[in-house]
Amino acid sequence: MIECKNICKTYVNGDVSTQAVRGISFKIEKGEFVAIIGPSGSGKSTLMHILGALDTPTSGQYSLDGKEISKMSEDELSDLRREKIGFVFQAFNLLPRTTVMRNVMLPLLFSELPMKKREEMAKKSLKYSGLDDEKLYNNFSNQLSGGQIQRVAIARALINDPAIILADEPTGNLDTKTSHIVMNAFQELNRNGHTIVLITHEPEIANFAKRIISVRDGVIEKDTRNI
Amino acid sequence: MIQDLLGETIRSLSGNKVRSGLTILGIVIGIASVIALVAIGQGAQNSVASSIESIGSNLIMIMPGSQRVGGISQGAGSSETLTEADAEAIGQISGVGVVAPSVTGRYQITAKGNNTNTETIGTVPDYVTVRNVSMDIGSFFSQQQVSSSAKVAVLGPTTRDDLFGENANPVGQTVRINKIEFKVIGVTTEKGGSGLSSQDDMIYVPLTTAQHFLAGNNYINNINITATDQSLMTSVQEEVTNLLLARHKISDSSNADFRIMNQNDIVSTATSVTSTFTVLLSAIAGISLVVGGIGIMNMMLTTVTERTREIGLRKAVGIRKIYINLQFLAEATMLTFVGGFVGIIAGWIASIVLSSFLSITPEISTTSIFLAFGVSAAIGIVFGFYPARKAASMNPIEALRYE
Repeated sequence: MIECKNICKTYVNGDVSTQAVRGISFKIEKGEFVAIIGPSGSGKSTLMHILGALDTPTSGQYSLDGKEISKMSEDELSDLRREKIGFVFQAFNLLPRTTVMRNVMLPLLFSELPMKKREEMAKKSLKYSGLDDEKLYNNFSNQLSGGQIQRVAIARALINDPAIILADEPTGNLDTKTSHIVMNAFQELNRNGHTIVLITHEPEIANFAKRIISVRDGVIEKDTRNI
Repeated sequence: MIQDLLGETIRSLSGNKVRSGLTILGIVIGIASVIALVAIGQGAQNSVASSIESIGSNLIMIMPGSQRVGGISQGAGSSETLTEADAEAIGQISGVGVVAPSVTGRYQITAKGNNTNTETIGTVPDYVTVRNVSMDIGSFFSQQQVSSSAKVAVLGPTTRDDLFGENANPVGQTVRINKIEFKVIGVTTEKGGSGLSSQDDMIYVPLTTAQHFLAGNNYINNINITATDQSLMTSVQEEVTNLLLARHKISDSSNADFRIMNQNDIVSTATSVTSTFTVLLSAIAGISLVVGGIGIMNMMLTTVTERTREIGLRKAVGIRKIYINLQFLAEATMLTFVGGFVGIIAGWIASIVLSSFLSITPEISTTSIFLAFGVSAAIGIVFGFYPARKAASMNPIEALRYE
C-alpha cells in the first residue's frame, strides 16, 4: 500500500543545508491505522508532506498504491492527491462563508463530473461521516459546531474514496473531550476498512492508533504495534 | 468546467462587493472617457468635414498670391494678377467642369433704412454649380445679365434677414450697395455651417457689374473651378498651375503670384487638426484606463494574499495549478468586462449629454466599442496575470500554514 525506502529530504537555504529526514523506510498495509509521532523538529511534518504527495523526497523511493511518486511532476502530484489521498487538516480548514456542500465538493471542482453527480457524492459522503441532517448542508461552514465541522472535513476527505486518509494534527486546536470524539471517529473509519495515517506530537492521541511509528532527528526511533 | 470557473468567480467577487465595485468603477471611468471622447472627436471631425464639403464638390480654388513690391511682401491676396482671360484659358483644360471667376469686396449695404456690411461677390451664373448654391426665392442672375452689367443682386438668407426682416420676400425691392442701387432678384437657400466664413451672409451680383461699379478695375479675386471627377482633381490642379505659370511668364513655381487650393486639402487639413485633438484626448483617457488596470492588479494582489490558506487548501486537495491560475485570471477579466460593459453605456450617455452642449452629433463607432471591450479584456489579462501566477505558484505547504 504505502512503501517508503530510505527516504531522505534535505532543505537547502543558501549555504546551509538541513537534513530533515535521513533515511526512513517502512511499509503500511491496507486497513492499518498508523500514528506517526515525534516532537517538533523530528521530521514528522516533512514525512507527512512526502506521504501526502505535497512534496517529493530528495532521495529514496515512495510508492503509494503501487505508484512510484518520487519523480512525479507537479500536476501529476495534484492528480494523485485528488484521487488517492484524503486530507484532514489541523483545525479542519473549511472555507468560510461557503456552504457545507461546496466545502465537501471542493476536490471535485474543475472535474468532468456533472453538478448533480457531485451533489450525490457529497451527500453520500456526509451521511457516511455521520452528518445526517440534510438541513445543515446548505449552511455556511462557520455556522457549524466543532463536532459538525470535523465531520464535514472528514466527508471532504472521503469524497473521492481515497486509498489513504492523512490526518495532520487533527486534534491540534481542540480540547481533550472533542479530541477524543474526533479520534473515535477515526477509529470508526478504520473499522470500516479505511487506511489512516495520523501525524501527531501527543502520545495520548497516538495511542488511539493500532501502530505507532516514533520519529526523532529524521530517523525512525521505534515502530510498535498497539494491541 | 467553464461553469465551475464562472461560478467560483462570481462567488468570490460578490464576496466583497464594495471592493469589487470600486475596482470596476476605475475601469468604468477609463472606458467611458475613451468612448465619450472618441465619439465627440469623431463627431467634431465629421461636422468640420461636412461643413467644408457644403461649399461644393470637387472644388479647386485659385487665389491671387502675395505681391512683392521691391522685395516687400504685401501679403497673400494682395496681387491683382488673375484676369478673366486666365479664367477662360482654364476653361479649355480637359477635366475642368465649370469655371466661375469672382471678385469679392465688403461694402455697406442699405435697404429701407436698414443697413449691413457684408461680403459682396461678383460672379457668373456657373458659380451656382461650383459652390452648390441653390435658390430659395426668385432666381440667380443669367449670363446675359452678366454681359450687360445689370444692376441686380441675389441675397444670402442672413443678409436678407438683416435688411428686410426674417423670412421676408425682398424680390423686386431695391438695395444700395456702396450707394449704388441694385434690384433684388432672389434669395439663396440657407446652408448652415457657421465658423468659417458663413455661406449665408453674402450678396451676389454679376461679375461685370462688380468690376465696373464696385471694384473699379478688371481684375478678379478668385477663380473657382470644378473637376469633372474626383480622381482628376490632382491632375487638373497641376495643369492649371502650369497654365497660369506660363500665362504669367513665371519660370520658378515658388515665385507664383497665385495660390491653388483644392477642397480635399482643406478638408484634410481641418480634419487633421480635429483628429490630433481626438488622439490627444483619447490618450489622456487611456491613461485613466491604465490607472484602472493598476487598481485591478492591486485588488487581485490583496485578494491573493488574503486567500493564501484557501489557495493552499485547494492545491492540497488536488486542484491543478492551471485551474488556480485560471480562476484568478477569470476574476480579473470579469472585473474588467463588467467595467467595460458599464463603461460603454456610461460613455455613450456621456457623449450624448456633452455633445448636446457642443452641438455636435457624437459618432460611436462599432470599432470603438469593440476596441473598448478588447482593451478591457486585455487589461484584465495583463494586470491579472501576475497576481494569478503568484497564486498558482504558491507552495501548498507554506500556503496552508499562512496565518
